[in-house]
Amino acid sequence: MSDVPSAEELALFQQVIREFVPHNRALGIEFVHASFEPPSVTLKLPWSEKLVGNPLTQVLHGGAVTTLLDAVSGAAVYTKLRAPTPIATLDLRVDFLGRAPARRDVYAKAECFRVTRSVAFVRGVAFTEDERDPFAASSATFALSTKGRAPGTAP
Amino acid sequence: MTTELALALRSARGGDFTKLINAIPYFAFLGVEMTPRDGRRVAVMRFAEHLVGNPTVPALHGGTLGALLESVALLECLATTESTALPKTITLTIDYLRPGKTQDVFAEARVVKAGRRVTTLHARAWQEDEAAPIATATVHLKVSTAPGTS
Repeated sequence: MSDVPSAEELALFQQVIREFVPHNRALGIEFVHASFEPPSVTLKLPWSEKLVGNPLTQVLHGGAVTTLLDAVSGAAVYTKLRAPTPIATLDLRVDFLGRAPARRDVYAKAECFRVTRSVAFVRGVAFTEDERDPFAASSATFALSTKGRAPGTAP
Repeated sequence: MTTELALALRSARGGDFTKLINAIPYFAFLGVEMTPRDGRRVAVMRFAEHLVGNPTVPALHGGTLGALLESVALLECLATTESTALPKTITLTIDYLRPGKTQDVFAEARVVKAGRRVTTLHARAWQEDEAAPIATATVHLKVSTAPGTS
């Protein structure tokens, strides 16, 4: 297998993330980048008034950030597995490191750094400009080969 | 602070969350409201198609459950402490125990420790059976208390 995702593989990522997952679509989450080496994905959450958590400061609600990190972490698992295995989030920890952004597009990048036969381990960050200066960081584990079908796979 | 948000925080302290929930756009997007039962402060996230994460199971997006657990912890913190501003989440750790079915989700939080600067809460979400939670969370909130009360 090539280390670089093909145009078809990138198109599939984009389609699954944007069109197949209703809640990602509702949030307006966009696919930005995927890589197999290292196995990682970057997504974008465009600024939206409806996601405000504090009307005074206009910052995003933490829940929107958590959802973005959950989505990007799950997607990152597929850059490591490279197979349409159903997965389920076991746990997710989000550290809010600094001031949440107001009126800014937000990006999240996650890397799946280890898979075993039954579990995938993922680290992620959320940032506005520079992934080395994140305002949130996450750690997640996923159970592999769970019931149901992988997102976007045919019945 | 705007008078509107200050009033909403005061109402929340008195157990009425309507003003606060109406003031926060994200709660409307998620469909989160309070649904008091037996004198307990219980939140509900009303089912809507846009909350689905995997349509083939079908299951709710895990992020929405995390958001609900964080939200109910924040509301519980406001109801039980003299906050002068919305608390800020420091960490949120979610355990996903069962798939979220395409129906309403209920959630409740309790304060484990109320500190001067940090309040720790445990939150729980369930659907038909309260004894079978679908997700739980530990939430650390940074609180701002009024001068003189800390």
